[in-house]
Amino acid sequence: MKNLPWLLIAGLVPLAGTVLIAVLPRKFEFRARWIALASSLVTLGVVIAMATQFSVGGTQKFQFVTSYKWIPAFGVNFTLGVDGVGLVLVCLAACLVPFVLLASWRDVQPGGSVKSYFGLMLVLQTVVIWVFSALDVFLFYLLFEAMLIPAYLLIGRFGGAQRSYAATKFLLYSLFGGLVMLAALIGLYVASQTLLGSGTFDFQTLSSLQINSGLQNLLFLGFFLAFAIKAPLWPLHTWLPDAAAEATPGTAVLLVALMDKVGTFGMIRYCLQLFPDASRTFAFTISILAIISIIYGALVAIGQTDIMRLISYTSVSHFGFIILGIFAFTNQSQTGSVFYMVAHGFSTAALFLVAGMMIARGKSRNIADYSGVFKVAPLLAGFVLIAGLSGLALPGLASFPGEFLVLVGSYLRYPALAIIATVAIVLSAVYILWLYQRVATGSPRGVVVGTFGEIRRREVLALSSIVALMIGLGVYPQVLTRVIEPTVKTTITRVGAVELAPTQIKDQVDKQVSKK
Amino acid sequence: METIAAASGITSLTWLLIALPVAGALILLGSGRRTNAFGHLLGVATIAGSFVVAVLLWLNMLGKSSDQRATRDFLFTWMSLGRFKVDVALQLDQLSMAFVLLITGVGLLIHIYAVGYMHGDDGRRRFFGYLNLFVASMLLLVLADSFALLYVGWEGVGLASYLLIGYYQTRESAGPAAKKAFVVNRVGDIGMSVAIMVMFAAFGTVTFQGVFAAAPSASTGIVTAIGFALLLAACGKSAQFPLQSWLLDAMEGPTPVSALIHAATMVTAGVYLIARSNPIFEVAPNAQMGVIVVGVITLLAGGIIASAKDDIKKALAGSTMSAIGFMMLAVGLGKSGYVYAIAFLLAHGFFKAGLFLGAGSVMHGMNDQVNMRRFGALRSVMAITTLTFGLGYLAIIGIPPLAGYFTKDVIIESAMARNPIIGTAAVIGAGLTAFYMSRIFFMTFIGPKRWTQDVHPHESPVVMTAPMVILAIGSVASGYLLMRNQTLQRWLEPVTGFTEPDGALRPLVLTGITLAVVALGIIAAVVLFLRRPIPETAPSKVSVLVSAARRDLYGDAFNEAVFMRPGQWLTRSLVWVDNRVIDGAVNGVAAGLGGLSARVRRTQTGYTRSYSLVMLSGALLVIVLLWIVRL
Repeated sequence: MKNLPWLLIAGLVPLAGTVLIAVLPRKFEFRARWIALASSLVTLGVVIAMATQFSVGGTQKFQFVTSYKWIPAFGVNFTLGVDGVGLVLVCLAACLVPFVLLASWRDVQPGGSVKSYFGLMLVLQTVVIWVFSALDVFLFYLLFEAMLIPAYLLIGRFGGAQRSYAATKFLLYSLFGGLVMLAALIGLYVASQTLLGSGTFDFQTLSSLQINSGLQNLLFLGFFLAFAIKAPLWPLHTWLPDAAAEATPGTAVLLVALMDKVGTFGMIRYCLQLFPDASRTFAFTISILAIISIIYGALVAIGQTDIMRLISYTSVSHFGFIILGIFAFTNQSQTGSVFYMVAHGFSTAALFLVAGMMIARGKSRNIADYSGVFKVAPLLAGFVLIAGLSGLALPGLASFPGEFLVLVGSYLRYPALAIIATVAIVLSAVYILWLYQRVATGSPRGVVVGTFGEIRRREVLALSSIVALMIGLGVYPQVLTRVIEPTVKTTITRVGAVELAPTQIKDQVDKQVSKK
Repeated sequence: METIAAASGITSLTWLLIALPVAGALILLGSGRRTNAFGHLLGVATIAGSFVVAVLLWLNMLGKSSDQRATRDFLFTWMSLGRFKVDVALQLDQLSMAFVLLITGVGLLIHIYAVGYMHGDDGRRRFFGYLNLFVASMLLLVLADSFALLYVGWEGVGLASYLLIGYYQTRESAGPAAKKAFVVNRVGDIGMSVAIMVMFAAFGTVTFQGVFAAAPSASTGIVTAIGFALLLAACGKSAQFPLQSWLLDAMEGPTPVSALIHAATMVTAGVYLIARSNPIFEVAPNAQMGVIVVGVITLLAGGIIASAKDDIKKALAGSTMSAIGFMMLAVGLGKSGYVYAIAFLLAHGFFKAGLFLGAGSVMHGMNDQVNMRRFGALRSVMAITTLTFGLGYLAIIGIPPLAGYFTKDVIIESAMARNPIIGTAAVIGAGLTAFYMSRIFFMTFIGPKRWTQDVHPHESPVVMTAPMVILAIGSVASGYLLMRNQTLQRWLEPVTGFTEPDGALRPLVLTGITLAVVALGIIAAVVLFLRRPIPETAPSKVSVLVSAARRDLYGDAFNEAVFMRPGQWLTRSLVWVDNRVIDGAVNGVAAGLGGLSARVRRTQTGYTRSYSLVMLSGALLVIVLLWIVRL
């Protein structure tokens, strides 16, 4: 079983769904939804079956490796495989899409093409699954860029009034990052040629090279810039609120919950492991930017008047936590970051989707147009609150272990920064609960009258599934952290950061106890 | 330190204490309308079940020798990363046992009362779901075996209080009050997070056992930092200065909620935290002094605020602030205070719950009015409420031999032994308590009728009065039972330690002084509120102190001026900066490049759509070419 090309299949299933949808006659267009849902469920099944085969802490760093020769002249291979970090993110991609499809059932406005909307979502899923499992840097780059095409089309063709502007901005911003990364990629290839005699894009080979530190710094920055735009890190974040607000809720989820994770994933996989010296050099600066993201994102979120933009800015704040944890280089902080990536995926998905359902009923993104949703649609309001509570990292829900581990672990390396980051504990409560207070409490007013109704069974199913996952991860985070931790350990070893075990006091106590 | 045995036999059922109300909350909140008909009964049943388990565990504990009583019920590992290991494990020792009995016992009475109080309310099922969640969280808080797990219960209590304070969702004032409670509590949570971070960095563990074993040999700086961080956390949950402001607004919730928050759960959590962390505070005298200062300020401020409120629930809320201030002061005194603090806390659980339920009973009969200026003479129509409220009143002001006398007197004695200034403040606090409680009792139950025309007050149904009667019995007897033969002291000593306070004044003399001051407080209230007629509207020409007290000693005004207004300004300016400066720069660069390229390349159409089409075909071409090369 383990020798099956699992990752190839996991990406081919949604692709097959796309092909089916593409050949669908126009009069059966609505069937596209069912095909998409079915294919995403098959994908989920494949990924779950694969995950059960993964051996935690096995001797192989990467598992389920399949490799096909591609461009031998440049040492490019189509190689897929995952470590613990890759695995949990592939799982995230497989888990989220069915719920997103379910919640997006009626997202396409009359006149829009249902076929292309659902087809593009599946293409995006394929690319994302492979981008998390690429073990060839060139392949990764190609997929990293290819991701933009379906995303661009999804935003530009199915979004709100300002969608063209938002889509263009998203595209140009990302292309810029990609271009710089391409330059760094070529540089990396050249460096491997110098060191090895023949150039390669094979990740495993490249991640054991010792590139001289001056060059490392340059290459690091090239990769990091692309990832920081994607993540997004302050001050490169301004494309996100526009894109997420103008896109349909389903697209916003894929964008923020899934695609943006490629940024932070890239930092761990590529920045840290290919350029360990440079990672240490820039760690503190990046941590400062992460802290700014945390606080700034939260403050700007509080000041938003548009629901979708508000949620986007909360993500800027949460990505700050993730990046802080990555660059604190401790076992707890980095494992917390990867866990947070998954948790943030679910909680942001829940927030965007439930906000989308509200907006579909109220026909407005403006917070001030809402009031008293609880009175009219208590279930909808309840889901707004639960999704929000996960956003403010309430213990028992998925975000908490992530945020908490990041804080505890980062404190070991940067005590002052970790303490500053705790201010977000208060700010997150303000932006979430103030949002809830404005839209859900009080008496129904504004758009919350007339036809504004309760959520349907299909929507309840999508949301309650995500909530169940959030509670499950919050109560038993070990299910992921056990998988993530071994990878994080090898990453930190590769970075060569001084291990920061808690201070000697513990050891002294141990000694005293043993003396007694 | 006492040894903690792995749970076995009946103690391996400790988890049931929490699981029952959690199951209740999940069923009630998840089942929708299906359980409307019997939801409230299920809510009561789960707490009753927990209470039975608690009593069985207590009897079991009584049968063991005093150093063999602590057990640890391990359920599963929550997080384990390197040295950072947090188990979901429940530590049941004498301290947590005392809290468990209080929480489930008083909680059960409040649940029963709420069946009657919430009769006819559309959301009664939801309300009981929240109540169950509240009790479950508080039980987790006191049963956790580590600071990290305690944090879960801590936040759960915050969430449940948020839901309950904001229960009347359509009321415009409920939303802001609930949010305020949660946000202020989260300020305290910063302290909790920081404490945990420092503990892990310093000791490599966050379990009680591990941290308390390491604390004595840690540097003063570290334990002091942890102590102050924990104090910040405690201030949030226990509504102590400077984080007291949420408590007075928390009256937006239904009255049983107030009883639960003020008596059995929530505000006692801060006192528990510090009592539990006694090994840290024992080696951090500066942090201990911080606890005392906070306690003294709050006990006086709460008393002053309570003396000026006309809203019966707000007056009682001020009283809670003050009473918790007494407890904080006591835990700040160290080994000569922990036991007394817990004794007062337990006794307070009875009389404060009784007082709030009494207030709820009054409101029930008075069309939900709360203004005491329109009460008066209710003793003639509400005999049971008057009697039970009256006993609670006598208990809280410390009339012998009721509960408050036995438990508050020892705190004053211990405070006086530490420092005459602290002791004097405590005596003044006792006088204030006598004054404002007499004021409440006189304005509500005695004197002439000042009712509005539309009310027809009547006694509440048995389902409400029965819990009040039981609590009144507790208010009378609990103090004596706890303090007789040093019962509680011998019970808690293995966990908190105990030293006899050694003061210059003879205890009997001090008791005399205290009772004299209490008598003065009562006399002042008699003169002001019984001998003189009470105006039906609050007089506007009042002294500076009264008007300050009416406005909660300007706590809200301060928060608004120092945090809220600058905060609003900051968020607004940052939004502007983000839209204009950062995004403006991005768009400026893009526009510049766009203009440049337009001039250079006239072939370009300027439509992103055609760009992307070109890109798409280009990318496809590349992919196809690459495949061909490979083949």
